[in-house]
Amino acid sequence: MARMATTQRVVISTIGAWFFGLLIFFPILWMVLASFKTELEAFAIPPSFLFFHWTTENYATVQERSDYLHHAMNSIIIAGGSTLIALLIAIPAAWSMAFSPTKRTKDILLWMLSTKMMPPVGVLVPIYLIYKSFGLLDSRIGLVFILCLGNLPIVIWMLFTYFKEIPRDILEAARMDGATIGRELVYVLTPMAIPGLASTLLLNLILAWNEAFWTLNLSTSNAAPLTTFIASYSSPEGLFWAKLSAASTLAIAPILVLGWFSQKQLVRGLTFGAVK
Amino acid sequence: MATRQTQFLARSLLTPAVGLLFIWMIVPLALTIYFSTLHYSLLDPGSEAFVGLENFRYFLTDPAFLASLQNTLVLVGSVLALTILLGIPLALLMDQPVIGRNIVRLMVIAPFFVMPTVSALVWKNLLMHPVSGLFAWIALLFGLTPIDWFNDVPLFAVILIVAWQWLPFATLILLTALQSLDEEQKEAAEMDGASAVSAFIYITLPHLARPITMVILIETIFLLTVFAEIFVTTGGGPGLQTTNIAFLIYSQALIQFDVGSASAGGLVAVVIANIVAFFLVRIVGRNLEA
Repeated sequence: MARMATTQRVVISTIGAWFFGLLIFFPILWMVLASFKTELEAFAIPPSFLFFHWTTENYATVQERSDYLHHAMNSIIIAGGSTLIALLIAIPAAWSMAFSPTKRTKDILLWMLSTKMMPPVGVLVPIYLIYKSFGLLDSRIGLVFILCLGNLPIVIWMLFTYFKEIPRDILEAARMDGATIGRELVYVLTPMAIPGLASTLLLNLILAWNEAFWTLNLSTSNAAPLTTFIASYSSPEGLFWAKLSAASTLAIAPILVLGWFSQKQLVRGLTFGAVK
Repeated sequence: MATRQTQFLARSLLTPAVGLLFIWMIVPLALTIYFSTLHYSLLDPGSEAFVGLENFRYFLTDPAFLASLQNTLVLVGSVLALTILLGIPLALLMDQPVIGRNIVRLMVIAPFFVMPTVSALVWKNLLMHPVSGLFAWIALLFGLTPIDWFNDVPLFAVILIVAWQWLPFATLILLTALQSLDEEQKEAAEMDGASAVSAFIYITLPHLARPITMVILIETIFLLTVFAEIFVTTGGGPGLQTTNIAFLIYSQALIQFDVGSASAGGLVAVVIANIVAFFLVRIVGRNLEA
């Protein structure tokens, strides 16, 4: 009797979960399908679900007509660059706060968090004017800089919560054995910090890749990453659904894969360690 | 001696990050405050003049401000309600013994990783197009008149898109919290003959109180500044129907080139966000001590 109930429960919850999972995932699936259709079929009513003429020509066209790779490269440079620089600045800061905390450490951490709360639109005007006068509009370096600053608080927070979990006894033991700070960093801290560093890197790559306020406002063509490039399909003359879908699929595929690897860290990173 | 050395080292490691964030916070904000007191239009350079609080009076009494404030509140409120009311049952369902749970979880979390411009355009065209969209076809199947989403219910259409993007976030956080719920507690309740409903109300829901609060606060911070979804779908229209505060400020700054008024609006946005941030920072801070 009890067994029956359990089997029944598994079947019902499995069907339910798969149904809602597929429902939520459907728009992405539909987009990927449309990217393999011809423009006519992508537009057709009734729509064809699987039995259409599969073609990869959209992917070729997207590259030929609009130089997709140029924008993909911009995305890689901007997301990667801003994340790496943020890590370089954040690692020493988080290390110092986690291992040599003072009575002001908590205030500093919360203050850093509060800078992330500032709505970007509140400083759009000055940033735009500063960028304009320094010739940073539509430049990769300008976007790297602003995304780096925007994500710095999250990077510091994530690293801090990871470093905090490294047992201090081990560090003290190393110090007693006469390890210098340099050796302590290389042989003791680094191996234990690598998982946390990797998760932080991953989550911030995703956030920077998908950032769509500064990239839309501060880039037009030369430095335009994929977010801005895809936005150019919103103009009425650009309503080519199959090509839009192909470009979109290419734009989200790498980050979707990274995202799936980092879902656990996502929760932790975005709740500043409050939910683990 | 050693400790003083360590302290000095610790401080010098911290300085670059603190300094950069300080500059990042203070300089643009000070400039925004300064610009907000000027008559300053990029179309009319050289005519900058001090006007005191005139820009604030102009921005706050502009009918567009009230409309966009209302749109902002409706957008934030509806997306919060949708993501939490759907997120709780979804998380509960995924917490059950489900065959292939990992794959289901991958599918549910996926929309969160889709860049905003992609989700907005895919929804607007492939799904919500009044003639060739999938929703229109489904409506016809049931003999209904297809909805012209972005003309008839533009704000609701934007809400649906944004809710789709944030539902995974709410679900994932609630699911993570559920999985940390003590199994023994649930079993004990079952043994005592508690019904599933009362176990949910007295055990699960209180356990979810904090994660729900976190979801509300974090989503609010991001939802107050929804921009890309509006930018690529409606451009704030028709009329002002989908203009939120972020988009209003953007259009005053970079379409009308009215720096003074946009700066005043920017400060209003900062104040609104700070009210939410105040509570979020307090909650996170309490957690830091524990």
